[in-house]
Amino acid sequence: MRHLMSPLDFTVEEIDKLLDLASDIEAHPDKYAHACEGKKLATLFYEPSTRTRLSHEAAMLNLGGSVLGFSSAASSSATKGETVADTIRMISCFADICAMRHPKEGAALVASEYSSIPVINAGDGGHQHPTQTLTDLMTIRSLKGRLDHMKIGLCGDLKFGRTVHSLIHALVRYPGIEFVLISPEELRLPSYMRQDVLDKNNIPYEEVVRMEDALPELDLLYMTRVQKERFFNEEDYVRMKDFYILDAQKMELAKSDMLVLHPLPRVNEIAVEVDKDPRAAYFKQVQYGVYARMALILTLLNIEV
Amino acid sequence: MVENTLSVGRISEGFVLDHIEAGKSMEIYKYLNLDKLDCCVAIIKNARSGKMGKKDIMKIECPIDFMDLDILGFIDHNITVNIIKDQKIVEKKALHLPKQICNVIRCKNPRCITSIEHGLSHIFVLTDPETETYRCKYCEEKYDGRLRSKKIKAK
Repeated sequence: MRHLMSPLDFTVEEIDKLLDLASDIEAHPDKYAHACEGKKLATLFYEPSTRTRLSHEAAMLNLGGSVLGFSSAASSSATKGETVADTIRMISCFADICAMRHPKEGAALVASEYSSIPVINAGDGGHQHPTQTLTDLMTIRSLKGRLDHMKIGLCGDLKFGRTVHSLIHALVRYPGIEFVLISPEELRLPSYMRQDVLDKNNIPYEEVVRMEDALPELDLLYMTRVQKERFFNEEDYVRMKDFYILDAQKMELAKSDMLVLHPLPRVNEIAVEVDKDPRAAYFKQVQYGVYARMALILTLLNIEV
Repeated sequence: MVENTLSVGRISEGFVLDHIEAGKSMEIYKYLNLDKLDCCVAIIKNARSGKMGKKDIMKIECPIDFMDLDILGFIDHNITVNIIKDQKIVEKKALHLPKQICNVIRCKNPRCITSIEHGLSHIFVLTDPETETYRCKYCEEKYDGRLRSKKIKAK
């Protein structure tokens, strides 16, 4: 039995196979409409989420399965002091697969150690968010036709942004990848990511503060939100939150085929006027996320169609 | 007795741990749980050493299958472990960095699941043998090296 804790749990070949399956689902949704009939997905969300929970649930419903679960710790037995280990042993009796989001790092890994059903890590604090990475890879591959030979700008909160860290881990495995790290000094990519991941894999990268300096060369711009919940000091958050705003004027500096991705929710970092730009891919990204999660559920349940 | 020397008798079965960084022996005593053992332990602190200047030495009289050498390897793999039987050194054991250690050090990351679920073991995994980096199995927080030898931390 396999679980998904980190994007690196799958080899490049396994990711390619999963994305091929996701593309086939996109092209022939009817073929998969009953693939999970009689199967149940439990969504165990100990902290609020809109996209990730609904995307997992939509994925299972699209496959003909059903869903059950809870959407906050307050409506679970966690309030009574039940451990993750006990909860997952109980859920294993009710469902065939589960997706878990928890504010504490490593919670999903604990669940996987006690579970008799596959566990999908749907976000564990600031640590990992592998289904977002699958979504990002699916979006890039579908719209660019490749995952290699690209100059990728990562912009915003590169310090606490788990989606950025996971995406870097996943992309350094492909040839010809270059990064431009766009962030204020306070939100730079942590040194362990620069040294242990980028330097170790001989990945070329540069760090810039001004977005405008990087835009003309990029094939892809991955925007992130400055997350209020990661700051201990409100003053620092207020100073940082509007540091980058991508608007129509800045988009004029970019290549005609540069893609703009964002894990969402966005706040101010992408002006609404950019939404109608054909290069804005962040809402398509949400749709690709459903296909990627459908492919993941089928893969973890070993269902072939 | 020769001036400025201290004699500690031989042990019949057990270990002599030599080349311990000066001042570390009490921590080793603690992490090997020797306080819970009903056995004879001699700790020599700040002994003169040609190689190290000062060093600690420990003599532990206990059955030889009793010792968790993984913990010693984690604290300082440069320690020399002499295995004693019938008052003689029968083997010199090389220490290695253990692949993982369980409940020796605790994860300090307040965002880690181990910070709220107290029944969980604190497991650290060797993620990079070259830099001797250990990370929490659950949250991947790097161990700050407080327990480990200064020589190792300086790497």
